[in-house]
Formats: sequence, C-alpha cells, structure tokens
Amino acid sequence: MMQIPCPFCGPRNESEFSFGGPVKPPRPDPSAVSDEDWTAWLTQVPNPLGPVQEQWWHVRGCGTWLPIWRDTRTHEIVEAPDDGR
Amino acid sequence: MQRYSAFSLLRHGINRHTTWAPAWRSPPLKDRYDVIVIGAGGHGLATAYYLAKEHGITNVAVLERGWLGGGNIARNTITIRSNYMRDASIPFYVKSVALYEAMTRELNFNMMHSKRSMIDVIQNYPMMRDRRRRQHIMDIYGSTYEQISEAEVRRRIPALTGGGPDARLPVVGGYVHTDAAINRHDAVAWGYARAIDAMGGEIHQQTPVTQLLRGADGRIEGVETPRGVIRAPKVAVAVSGHTTTLTETVGLKLPLRTMNLTAFVSEPVKPLVDVIVNCPDAGFYLSQSDKGSLVIGGAPDPGQSFRRDIKQTVFEDTVSAMLSLFPSFKKLKFLRQWGGHLDIAHDASPIQDETDVPGLFVTAGWWGGYKAIPAGGLTLAHLVATGRPHPLMEPFGINRFRHLDYVMETGTTTAR
Ligand SMILES: [Zn+2]
Repeated sequence: MMQIPCPFCGPRNESEFSFGGPVKPPRPDPSAVSDEDWTAWLTQVPNPLGPVQEQWWHVRGCGTWLPIWRDTRTHEIVEAPDDGR
Repeated sequence: MQRYSAFSLLRHGINRHTTWAPAWRSPPLKDRYDVIVIGAGGHGLATAYYLAKEHGITNVAVLERGWLGGGNIARNTITIRSNYMRDASIPFYVKSVALYEAMTRELNFNMMHSKRSMIDVIQNYPMMRDRRRRQHIMDIYGSTYEQISEAEVRRRIPALTGGGPDARLPVVGGYVHTDAAINRHDAVAWGYARAIDAMGGEIHQQTPVTQLLRGADGRIEGVETPRGVIRAPKVAVAVSGHTTTLTETVGLKLPLRTMNLTAFVSEPVKPLVDVIVNCPDAGFYLSQSDKGSLVIGGAPDPGQSFRRDIKQTVFEDTVSAMLSLFPSFKKLKFLRQWGGHLDIAHDASPIQDETDVPGLFVTAGWWGGYKAIPAGGLTLAHLVATGRPHPLMEPFGINRFRHLDYVMETGTTTAR
C-alpha cells in the first residue's frame, strides 16, 4: 500500500487518506486572461507519464491537507521536479 | 475471406484443422497510406472496419504497439448496455448495443453474445429518483429500464442475501435494463481484424507510434515509429489512456486525465448469477462468465495513473462492498486481476473530433469504452471520411470545452 508522508504523523497508509484532486494554479480573473487561458484553467490538468502534484486529506488521522508529488507510472511519492511545474 | 460455419468446421476437422486460412495477413509496412489509425484496440479496429465498409476507404494502416487484442479490449468487464444519463449519450449507446447484437452475423464470427439483463441494486432513495429520471429519458430513445421491488430483486438474484432491513444501506428496490449483455472480447478484436483484412486494410502489430508529425502548413503529415516514418494526410488517435502522451508531441493539450480502472475474477464456480448485477450505492458490479468465474469491478484509483495493476486499497474496498451484499462470496478464491488505462475528460463524456491540427482526429475519454466500440468506430469513420461529425457524436466535440457547454455524464457504474 502507498504510504503518504504526513508532516504531523509521519508516513501513514493511503487508506487513512482521502484523495483531493490535482493541485491547480490559483484561479485567474476571467476578465483579465484570454478565453483560451480561462477555459484551459477550468478544464485541463497536466497528464504526464511522470510526477503530478495532488492534494490528499489525512481524514482518518490528524485531518490536515497536504500536497504531494506522485509518479503516475509507479505511484511512488517523489521530490518536486526541478522546473516546479 | 474464408467463411466460418458448421460445415467449414466439419470439413477442416476432417483435415485435422491443417487447412484453415490465416484470419488476417501480415503485409509489409508501406511508407504511405490514406489513413493511419493509431491503436488496434476495439475503437481503432472498428474505425478501420467502418472506413472500409461504409466509405470504401481501404488504404488504411492500423498501428498497434503491442499485439492484437492485448490492450484495453482485454482489460475490461465486457459489459454492453445503454442505460446512460444524458440525452446526448443514450441514443449513441442504443446504437452501439444494436450493432453489437448484429455483430456475429455481420462479421461471420461468433461473439458469444449473451443478452442477460443488468439489474441495478438500489440502496437509497436519491439513487431511486436518479434511475426514474434516467428511465424517462431512456424511454424516448428506445432503451429499456423498469423498476422492480426489493422482493423481485432478491428473486432474480438469489445469491444477494445481504442488505437486509438492519443493514446500514438496506436494498430498497431495483431497476432492470433488459438490453444489457456480455460477449467475448477476443472475438470482437479478431472478428474486426479479419473483416478489415478481407476488405484490404492492414493491421501492423509491434509498431508503436513515438511521435506525430506535422507539416510546414500545420497539417498532420504522418507518424514516427521504430520501423520508420509513415505518412498519411489523416491520422486517427484511438489509444485510450495515452491520448495526451501522443497529442502533446505536436503541442496539443486536451482536457483529459489518465486513470486506472481495475477488475478481478474468482475461481470458476457453478452457475450462480445469470444477470449482470450492478450496485451503484455499494460501488461494485459483477457478472458470471461462461467459464463460471465471477468478473468483478469496482471504483477506479483515485488519482491519475498509468499503471495496469490493482491497488490494494481499491481491491479491499471493492471486496468489502461486495461482501456486504453477497456474504457467501467470502469463500471464493480469486484468480486474476487487471487494470486498464483510460482517459477521462473534464465532464466524463467522450471526446471525438478533428483537433486543431488539421487531419488529426482523436477518439478519447471512453470511460467504459467497451460498450461503445461499434458505434464509436462508426462515428469516427464518418468524421474521418466526410469531415463532418456523425449526428450521434455531434455533442461530443472538443469545442464544448471552449464554450463551457459540458455534457456531464456519470452514467458509469462506479462514478461517484
Ligand atoms: Zn496526519
């Protein structure tokens, strides 16, 4: 089972967590960006063969939300990529 | 094409089965075609089949990175049905079910089509209301949905002994979808391959596409493979899960995320369940195969995934949900598990369209794409051949995301 490192509780089993979706950049002001950028923010997330950043909720533990980088090919939790996408 | 019949079986049997012709050829790979279809899965094969049959386009290469029938067409739960949610979706799936029912005769290949009904086991009233809403929409398009009582659910599924009045979620009733069926996934791949070959199309296995190629005018020009560059003015991507991996090679972004949907099978047992059982509240579904195995599916992995195995958490959740309704299945031993990549669009409906790269077509977002194979191929062939979307696919173009005109669809079993 995947172990997720909680900053308060240490590495804990995935079954204690609830998935919170991909991390997105902050919501842009729709009137200040192009239609293309606005609909891209609404509908697109990176879908790489590699690390993605996502939110997990330690719901059956301390209750904190935490972001992790996870490799979509292996489910390993990895360091943030250098380009910090 | 050598036709299959009881007579041909007898004749070749007398010759100790040494006289059968190969079902399809392995022709040399040319460097130019009229159309390249990437992916010899169900959707890619059905597209090549209808390009030839409906539009007379036979100078077509279907490129497959693995082997024929080894992708998602072998990684699903062979469920065929049309009880979807949306006005846009239901007629498409009604067409697909009809094409599946005619497939054995049309392809002269035994699909082992078994029309056996799907029973939704409903465990709360909001789900009951959702089913009633669906029934009204399905009535319009000729799909079938009928409410039955809890007693009737239990009469039709004797193994369903859980979910009694003291359960956390007691069974409150059911809905029957009589059009639902299962068939044989290998036969779909092989039957299409044989028919494509007979009409002059080519299937090239072990030919992965590593890069899409765009001309100076911006149009699609062809694809790059380890066997060399292959050119075509039209390229259709039918690669479930890896759509964005390919489209990003020409800088094209799509609102798709890749997920892993898994299933597992039990040891074979005597006939026990003769319908497809769908438990949307508990979050699993099952049917019994001709070999006697129970084929069981649950929810997808929560996050994006390009893995093809089951996660321990997903397996445990599915099994505990199943045992809450079928406690006697605790004694079953499990044989195999598998997962398949699929991409899910932002609104959970498919995307089938020509992209911003002229000549490049995608068919993606098939969340539960097995049941969509024949109609998905019919509509994509229409789009590739005529340049216009097929009426059944018109609501599912890429522009719906530009206009924020989503077709929110959670008509799949385990979508929550
Ligand atoms: Zn914690």
